[in-house]
Amino acid sequence: MTSTGEAVQFWVLAVIAVGGALGMLLMRKAVHSALCLAATMLSLAVCYLAEGAVFLGVVQIVVYTGAIMMLFLFVVMLVGVTSEDSLKEQLKGQRVAAVICGLGFGVLLIAGIANAKLSAFTGLSEANAEGNVQGLARLIFTKYVWAFEVTGALLITAAVGAMVLTHREHVKAPATQRELAAQRVRDNVQLPPLPAPGVYARHNAVDIPGLLPDGSIAEDSVMGTLRERGQIRDVSQDMLRRMAELEADTADWLGRPPSARPTPPRPRQELTPVPGHEEDAE
Amino acid sequence: MNPVNYLYLAALLFTIGASGVLIRRNAIVLFMCVELMLNASNLALVTFSRLHGNLDGQIIAFFTMVVAAAEVVVGLAIIVSIFRTRHSASVDDSNLMKL
Amino acid sequence: MNSLIPLLVAAPLAGAALLLLGGRALDRFGHWLGTFAAALSFVFGLVLFFSMLGRSAAQRPVQEHLFSWVPVNGFQADVSFQLDQLSVTFVLLITGVGTLIHLYSVGYMAHDERRRRFFGYLNLFLAAMLLLVLADNYLLLYVGWEGVGLASYLLIGFWQHKPSAATAAKKAFLVNRVGDVGLSIAIMLMFTDFGNVTFNGVFGAADQASKSQLTAIGLMLLLAACGKSAQVPLQSWLGDAMEGPTPVSALIHAATMVTAGVYLITRSGAIFNLAPQAQTAVVCVGAVTLLFGAIVGCAKDDIKKALAGSTMSQIGYMILAAGLGPIGYVFAIMHLVTHGFFKAGLFLGAGSVMHGMDDEVNMRHYGGLRKLMPITFVTFGLGYLAIIGFPGLSGFFSKDKIIEAAFAKGGTEGWILGAVTLIGAAVTAFYMTRVMILTFFGEKRWQPDAEGHQPHPHESPATMTTPMIVLAFGSVFAGGLLAFNSSFLKWLEPITGHSEGNSPLSSTVVTLLTMACMLAGVGLAYAVYGRSPVPVTPPVGSVLTRAARRDLLQDDFNHAVLVRPGSALAAALVYFDSKGLDGFVNGLAATIGGISSRLRRVQNGYVRSYALSMFGGTLVLVATTLLMRSV
Repeated sequence: MTSTGEAVQFWVLAVIAVGGALGMLLMRKAVHSALCLAATMLSLAVCYLAEGAVFLGVVQIVVYTGAIMMLFLFVVMLVGVTSEDSLKEQLKGQRVAAVICGLGFGVLLIAGIANAKLSAFTGLSEANAEGNVQGLARLIFTKYVWAFEVTGALLITAAVGAMVLTHREHVKAPATQRELAAQRVRDNVQLPPLPAPGVYARHNAVDIPGLLPDGSIAEDSVMGTLRERGQIRDVSQDMLRRMAELEADTADWLGRPPSARPTPPRPRQELTPVPGHEEDAE
Repeated sequence: MNPVNYLYLAALLFTIGASGVLIRRNAIVLFMCVELMLNASNLALVTFSRLHGNLDGQIIAFFTMVVAAAEVVVGLAIIVSIFRTRHSASVDDSNLMKL
Repeated sequence: MNSLIPLLVAAPLAGAALLLLGGRALDRFGHWLGTFAAALSFVFGLVLFFSMLGRSAAQRPVQEHLFSWVPVNGFQADVSFQLDQLSVTFVLLITGVGTLIHLYSVGYMAHDERRRRFFGYLNLFLAAMLLLVLADNYLLLYVGWEGVGLASYLLIGFWQHKPSAATAAKKAFLVNRVGDVGLSIAIMLMFTDFGNVTFNGVFGAADQASKSQLTAIGLMLLLAACGKSAQVPLQSWLGDAMEGPTPVSALIHAATMVTAGVYLITRSGAIFNLAPQAQTAVVCVGAVTLLFGAIVGCAKDDIKKALAGSTMSQIGYMILAAGLGPIGYVFAIMHLVTHGFFKAGLFLGAGSVMHGMDDEVNMRHYGGLRKLMPITFVTFGLGYLAIIGFPGLSGFFSKDKIIEAAFAKGGTEGWILGAVTLIGAAVTAFYMTRVMILTFFGEKRWQPDAEGHQPHPHESPATMTTPMIVLAFGSVFAGGLLAFNSSFLKWLEPITGHSEGNSPLSSTVVTLLTMACMLAGVGLAYAVYGRSPVPVTPPVGSVLTRAARRDLLQDDFNHAVLVRPGSALAAALVYFDSKGLDGFVNGLAATIGGISSRLRRVQNGYVRSYALSMFGGTLVLVATTLLMRSV
């Protein structure tokens, strides 16, 4: 039998471990699952320490919680933190069957353990007499040395395998600038530099498009972002509008009848919205 | 307290892990469930070691950890490469074996 | 000298190969090539014959082994020839008459654009027929047997554009198959009983075999003979076979091939002598066919079909004689030879008449042709006198001997058979006289053809009349030559054996009776057809006449007894096959398919589904383990 202290510790740790496991099972986001699993692993590490497996407890923290769980988190970040399982189960009856199987399996296992004759309790005080790490080392390098070496080979293979799986081979050499230019010619897109935005006697800003020889605006001269937002200022009619205002003032001052007044010029061309972004252009 | 309780805990954790493999669809979470099952068996091995009073159980648990590490490395690499080509980490999307 | 024997077969075979494979280049002279091949074979036959004459009787039969055909342990079949007195008789008949008919065909088929092919087939026939009579074992004989069947089929259906010819060819082939099955079964029986199919092996072992074995073999051989020789009940094909060109009818369906059955029974005499039941069956078949053919011949208006009935009847005589055993073998063969001459002559004469009458075959549309076709008239007339057994001509000697032999059978059987042969002789005289009167005497009853042309009968060209003249000489003298000093009897006796039997009547009485029957038949025919004009449209006639016009209802009989049940059986089998077997098989396939397509849903490709089944399996395993532990 164990001490009361260990009993209290066990019940606390057991609750944490089971809670973490259930949390991992039920959390919808992978990140939360990973964190729950980390909690379970940590509590298991403490359990190992309490059971006299000092080396394994430390290894559990360093390797599992430290390395493997971090690897999991990296992959979760790589794949997408926000990725969630949809709630809808695609396989009919899978969830119910899984729960039934799980319950049955758990009941069977627990029944089996309960039935087993586990009355013997030796304790590790004798085996750990010269220290847990020393005892393990003695076994690993004597009785289990062959398994140990094979494990080394396995790790190497796993490392190489991971590299092979994630390595992306360049199928062909990256295109040179010359090839890119030739490709642009073949694709028949804009070859020379785009026209500059409106450098005008009175305006000099990136949101003012340059004017083409016929007075219409050159949309290419404005950056795409502004175009998408519809933030283009068309100034091509400004001068004419000012002239018309001046003439109207003159007419007012001279007292001309409205019929003799010149009609104000209409804008020759409306600003056409960028295709595909009509709602943005409004 | 009877140390057999550790075994009950291990059984419980193993069952939760197995159910998780069946229920969850995200391949990463699936792997986590597998890890949980491995951990549960490790706990059982450590407890057996204590019950019998020798360290062989701990040695086997140690090897389990090494193998689990190797498995995770390869498994995650597979998940990443599948994600790269199919843009999904759900195991239900990879039902290409279906006729 | 013996090496000439294979050449007998090889010459016409090479001719056939050349003519059939040679292409149009041979069209101009192909017919002469074919005739040459036949004549070459005849010359070889003559050389062999004279060389045989020079030897003593014991040394006359010779064997010529060509090569081993099927050398298997326990079963040896060789291509090997046996030339003895019997074979050489056939060889001379086949090649001699064959050459003459080749010559005749040159003229007869002059206007046929497929003449080269015709001669190829004729040569093929000669080769097969020679193989048949020269073989020294039954298996090789069977090859020849099938070969003549094939040639017969090809030649009956030579004018295949006529549906009637194509049908007749098929009919002949099918009916012959029935007989061929008999021969093949007989060969198998011989092999199982004697372990051997050579003539010497089988005949040597025959006296140790049981009577039932020999009877079975004999009956199967009789079935074969019935098929090939158009004997009841397999007689129905011969009448239709007259659809073939007339030279074919003369050569194959009168002189040679149809006598193969007689050859088979005579050759297998060693078996039949030891199987009296089989011999009785042979005699019955012969007697029935004799009357059957004669009655049919009386009613037919088609000249060739009347002659075909006559052929059937005459072969009935031969089969009957062969069935009498050693008393009759020699006379069967003798009648076969003389019949070969006069029947071929009669057919060639008929062909000549048809040639002159624009292929008209109805005798009621002939009449008064003796002035216009004198050579045909004389040769045909000599053939006619020969067949009815006019004293001094061929038929007289051979048929008279058969009738004597029938009486010599002894007891009630002998009286019955003698009576039948005598009646047959009378009927023969009647129908042949009828043919003669309808064709050459009386007033002209010529009818215009479909386009309104009146026929202009004329004598045939020399290529046609020459063979007719030669055959007429044969018809006149062959019988006397063979009977003179019993030379043919002495010639064949070493092979077939001979016994005189014990006739209750003396030979003179029989001859007188035969003469009386013959004169009665002639007189009756003259009374019916010679003294009053013959109606162009046939009178209704009695029940017997009408039945005889329909070949004594042979086709109706076959149709009712064989064809209709066969069709019903086939229909039932088809029904059973499509509903029963196919239903079962398809149902099985559908069941398995259905189960599979349902089971396939289990394989949905989702890895979690597979994991669930694995987990379920683990669950079951754990449960079982615990259960076993607790038990």
